Amino acid sequence: MCPPMGEIDWFPLLLSLRVASIATLITTVVGVTGAYALARWRFPGRGLIEAVASLPIVLPPTVLGYYLLVAIGRNSPVGRAYEAVFGQPLVFTWQAAVIAAAIASLPYCLRTATAAINAVDAGYEEAARVAGIHGTRLAVTVTLPLAGRGIIAGISLAFARALGDFGTTIMVAGNIPGRTQTMPIAVYDRVQAFDYATAGVLAAVLATVAIVVLLGVRRLEGPAL
Amino acid sequence: MSLQVDVHNRIGDFDLDARFELPSGLSVLFGPSGAGKTRLLRLLAGLDHPLQGRIALDGTVFDDVAAKVHVPAHQRRIGMVFQQPFLLPHRSVHANVALAVREGDRTQRRAQAEELLDQVGAAELAARRPQELSGGQRQRVTLARALAGAPQLLLLDEPFNALELTVRRRLRTLVRELVDRAGVPTLFVTHDPEELRALADRALLAERGTIDALTDADGALAHLGVQPGSSRASVDQQGIDRQGIERQRLDRPTP
Repeated sequence: MCPPMGEIDWFPLLLSLRVASIATLITTVVGVTGAYALARWRFPGRGLIEAVASLPIVLPPTVLGYYLLVAIGRNSPVGRAYEAVFGQPLVFTWQAAVIAAAIASLPYCLRTATAAINAVDAGYEEAARVAGIHGTRLAVTVTLPLAGRGIIAGISLAFARALGDFGTTIMVAGNIPGRTQTMPIAVYDRVQAFDYATAGVLAAVLATVAIVVLLGVRRLEGPAL
Repeated sequence: MSLQVDVHNRIGDFDLDARFELPSGLSVLFGPSGAGKTRLLRLLAGLDHPLQGRIALDGTVFDDVAAKVHVPAHQRRIGMVFQQPFLLPHRSVHANVALAVREGDRTQRRAQAEELLDQVGAAELAARRPQELSGGQRQRVTLARALAGAPQLLLLDEPFNALELTVRRRLRTLVRELVDRAGVPTLFVTHDPEELRALADRALLAERGTIDALTDADGALAHLGVQPGSSRASVDQQGIDRQGIERQRLDRPTP
C-alpha cells in the first residue's frame, strides 16, 4: 500500500537532486573540455587518459568507491588539504557524494560528447579556420554547437547516472539519514527496514527520471539509439 | 599583387607538384577529377602542409619548408569557397558572414556583413538560416563570407558544381564582378569547359598531380583535345561536358 505523501521523508530526493546537479555541472565542464581535447588534439598519453576516464563504466561501483575513499580519505593528501581548509573531513559528507557521482558519471558524458565531436564534418572547421576563426572561438562558435545534440545527450546520461549512483556514493559518503542519504541509498535503507511502500515510491520517482532522460536522449540522438 | 607557388606534396601515393606565378585577376585551374586541384587549394589555404617548397603572396611567405615557415590558415587572409557551403546551421545567414569579418567592433562587423550580403544579392536572406536557402542562395552567402575577411587571395573550389545551369551562369557573372572589385589573385577550380571559357583571364592546367602550365582558356581546351572556339553545343557533341573530360582521358590510348 502506498503511504500518504506527507509521511515520506523527501530529504533523500532533494539531496539527490542537489548532488546530481552539482556533479553534472562538474561533469559537463570536465567532460566536454576533455571530449574536445580527445577528439581534436593529438598528444602523448591520449589513449591512456581515455581508458582511465572510462574505468568507472567497467569497474564495480564499490571498487571505484574504495579507490576514491583511498584518494580522498582523511589520510590522503587531498583529504588532509580539504580538512585543513574547511575544518572537517571530506569523506562522509554530501560533498563526497558529489565527487562520487561526478566520477561515476564522467565517462557517460565524455564518451558521448567525444563521439559527437568526432562526427562533426571537418569541412565546417576548415571553412571557419580559413575565415580567421581558431582556438577557443572555433570550439565555441563552430564545433560544440554542431555537436550540441550529442553533447546534451551525454550530459543527460551523466545526470541520470549521477542521480542513480549507489555503490560509489555509499563507500565515500556513507548512509547518514538527513546528511548523506541519497535516493538510491534511501531505497536500499527502506527495503532493509521492510518499508516496501516507501521504497516503492522512491524507486518509482528514480525510475521515472531515468525513463524521461532516456526518452530525451533518444530524441536528441535520433531513432537509431 | 601576385601569388608565387613552387611546392611538392605527397598524400598516400599521390604526388602533387605545382609551380606557377599567379597575377591579380581571375585564373581558372582546369583539369579532370583527381588531377590535384583541390589538393593544391588546400595547400594554398594552409589546411595542408607541403613536403617541400614555398608559397608566397607578394612579400608574405605562407609556407617555406626549408625555413620551417608555415602560416596557419586563420592568419593567411584568404577567402575560400568550398564545394559544399559549410555554413553554420545554428547561425543566421547574417551571423555566418559577420563571423568572418576580421576587423572593427561588433557594430562595424554587422554593418560590413550587411554590405557584403547586399553585394552578392542576398540582403533579403540575412535573417534566414542556411538550411532554408536554395543551393544557389547558399553559394551567394559563401561568396560574401569569403570576401568578409578582406582577403588578399581568393580560392573557389568548384563552387557551382551542384547547381543547375541557369543558376551557374548567373553566379559566374557575380563572381566576375566580385573578383574585378576585389582586385586580388583569384583561383577558380573547375572541370567544366564552359565555365573555363566564361571566366578565365588565364588558365592553369592540372594533369595527374602536375600544375605548372599557365595558358589561356582556348589553350587549355586545345591541350585537352577540344577545338578552340567551339561552342557549348559542339563541346557537348564531342562528349566533353563536365564528366566528359574524364571520359575522354580514359578513352585516350596510353602511350
